[in-house]
Amino acid sequence: MMKEMTYAEAIRDGMRLEMKRDPNVYIWGEDVGKFGGCFGVTAGLVDEFPGQVIDTPISETAIVGAAVGAAAAGLRPIAEIMFVDFMGVCLDELFNQAAKMHYMFGGKAKIPMVLRTPCGGGMGAAAQHSQSMEAWFTHIPGVKTVMPSTPADAKGLMAAAVRDNNPVMYIEHKQLLGIKGDVPEGEFIIPLGKADIKKEGSDVTIVAWSWMVHKALAAAEALAQEGINAEVLDPRTLVPLDTESILKSVGKTGKLVIVHEAVKIGGYGGEIAAMVAEEGLDLLDAPIKRVAMPYTPIPFSPALESCVIPSEEKIIAAVKSLF
Amino acid sequence: MELKKEKLLGFYETMMTIRAFESKAVELFADNQLPGFVHLYLGEEAVATGVCASLTNKDYITSTHRGHGHLIAKGGKVDLMMAELFGKATGYCKGKGGSMHIADVELGILGANGIVGAGQPISVGAAFACKYKKTDSVAVCFFGDAASNRGTFHEALNMATIWNLPVVFICENNLYGISNCQRDHMKVTDVADRASAYGIPGVVVDGNDVIAVYEAAAEAIERARRGDGPSLVECKTWRWRGHFEGDPGAYKDPEEQAAWLKKDPIPRFEQKLVELKYATKSELEEIKAKVEKQIDAAILFSQNSPYPNPEDALTDVYAE
Repeated sequence: MMKEMTYAEAIRDGMRLEMKRDPNVYIWGEDVGKFGGCFGVTAGLVDEFPGQVIDTPISETAIVGAAVGAAAAGLRPIAEIMFVDFMGVCLDELFNQAAKMHYMFGGKAKIPMVLRTPCGGGMGAAAQHSQSMEAWFTHIPGVKTVMPSTPADAKGLMAAAVRDNNPVMYIEHKQLLGIKGDVPEGEFIIPLGKADIKKEGSDVTIVAWSWMVHKALAAAEALAQEGINAEVLDPRTLVPLDTESILKSVGKTGKLVIVHEAVKIGGYGGEIAAMVAEEGLDLLDAPIKRVAMPYTPIPFSPALESCVIPSEEKIIAAVKSLF
Repeated sequence: MELKKEKLLGFYETMMTIRAFESKAVELFADNQLPGFVHLYLGEEAVATGVCASLTNKDYITSTHRGHGHLIAKGGKVDLMMAELFGKATGYCKGKGGSMHIADVELGILGANGIVGAGQPISVGAAFACKYKKTDSVAVCFFGDAASNRGTFHEALNMATIWNLPVVFICENNLYGISNCQRDHMKVTDVADRASAYGIPGVVVDGNDVIAVYEAAAEAIERARRGDGPSLVECKTWRWRGHFEGDPGAYKDPEEQAAWLKKDPIPRFEQKLVELKYATKSELEEIKAKVEKQIDAAILFSQNSPYPNPEDALTDVYAE
C-alpha cells in the first residue's frame, strides 16, 4: 500500500518504524524533542517514544562523540546535527572516532550510528547554513553517505541506514522536506549502494543527487522538447557508489553530465568523472561535463544565491554543449 | 577501608605487570623492534590499578594515547597487546591499530585513543547506554590534565551531569601535556576544581598511592553505580619518560624529576605491604618473577607471530 507523504514525513516514518522495531534505536540532537527539530522532521516522536527521543544541549562534539560511545556499547543512535555546516564542530568524532574504530580495533568494534543532517541552499540562509559538504564524508573510509531525493527513497534509505553496522551520514535537503510523493507503508528498505534511474533516456546520462535530481528532471523535460532524450540517474548513496549502474547508463547514452550543488572543485562529481574516465572512457563519445557551485562561499542575498546554485538552465546548457 | 590480602596482592600484581610491560617496551623500542609511537605509563601504574579494581567486565573504560596501563588493569591480555605493539597479525587489532588503538570491547575497553580528549564524550555515550539499558554498569574515562583544556571536556561533563549518567572522570594529572607544564596552561592548580562548574564532586588524590586511588575511585564508581551521577577524581602523578619514546623530556626540571622518582608508587606500596604484614618480601618477589615471565612469554609470542598479509590492509573498513 502506498501513501502520499512529504519527504520530512517519510524520514520520520522511517525512524519511527525503526524505533518501534528495535528499542535500542534512539534519536538525540538539538531541539529534536518538543520543538520537533529545527525543520520539524522529528515532530511528535518524543510523545510517541518518550525516553527514546532526547534533546541535547548545543554540544555537537558531545552529540556525535557520545553517540559513538553509545553505539560501541550496543545502542543504535540516530544523532541529528541541525545543519551539515555544523559538522566542522564535531568532525573528529566522525572521522577519527566513528569511522575508524571498526578498522583500528581489528574488526572487533561496531559503530552503528546514523548522523542525520540537512544540507543545501535556496533559502537565503547564507554561508554557514547552506552548504553541501558531502564530498568531505565520502573522503573518509569507514563512513557511508546517503542523500535521498524523494520521499520514498528517504524512508527506505533511513531503514537501511539505521540497520547498517557502520556510521552513516544521512544528508537531507532543506528544499525537499516539503515535497510530496508516494511512499510504501510499513517496513520498506532500500539497500545502500543501489542507484535509481529517475527518468529513462537514450541520449545523455545526467547523474544528480538530492535537490539536483529535481533540477535535472526539469532540465530533462525541457530537453525533450528539443529532441534530446536525457536519462537521469540518482546514485542515492555516494558511498557505497553504484558504479555499475552509472557505467551501464553511460554505455547506453555515450554522454555524461554530473550535477551537484556542492562546490565543483573537490566535489564528488570529480570522483564520478574520474571513475567513468578510468573504467569506461571508451563508452564516451563526448567530454564529461560537470554542473556545480562555483568556488565561492554561499552568498546571502537571493539575487546572488540564485546565481551560484546550479540551475535548470545551466544543466540544459551543459547538455546541449555535448551535441 | 579494610582491604583483604588477596585484593592488595592483586593490586601489586597489576602494578608490576604494567611496570614489566612498559619496561620491556622501552628496551624493545630502543632496539627498533616496535614501529611507530609508544607512549609509556611508567610511574603512573597506581592510577589505572586503583581505579579498575572497582570495575567488572560489564563496565566500560575509555583510554588515552598512554593506554597500556589502563588496558592491563582492565584485564587486557598482555600477549595480544604486545603483539599489537609489534604490528603482528596476532595482535589485539590484527596489527591495524598499534599502541594507540588497542581495544577489547568484550572486556569493556572502548579503546586507547590517539586524539587527546576524544575519550571524554565516548565515555559519556557508553554511560548513557548503561543507563538506557537499565543496567548498573558504569563508564570510566581516563584523561590527562592537558585534555581538560579541550572543548570535549566541557561538552562531555556538561552532558554527563545534566543526565546524571553513571560515569567517572579520572584525571591523571602527570603535570605535563607533551612539553608544557600544567601551570603554564591552566590558572587552577587542581583540575578537580573544574568539577564545581558542573555541580559534581571533584576530589584530589595522591595518584602514586594505589590505596588512596582505590578508595577515591571506589567511592565515585559506587556513587555512579547507584545512580547518583558523575564525579571527577584527579590523581596527581608523574610521567617518568618523555611524551613518547625517543623524547628525552629535556623540558622537565631535573630536580622535579628526581623528587617524583622518589615517590615511585611501587616501592611505596611494597613497603606498606611488608610493614603491615600483608606479604613477605619473598612473596612479592614471587609475584614479580611471575609477571616478568608472563611478559617475556608475550614478547616471544609476538616475535614468533607472523605479520599481517598485504590483503589484510583492505579488510575491516566496514562492518558487515
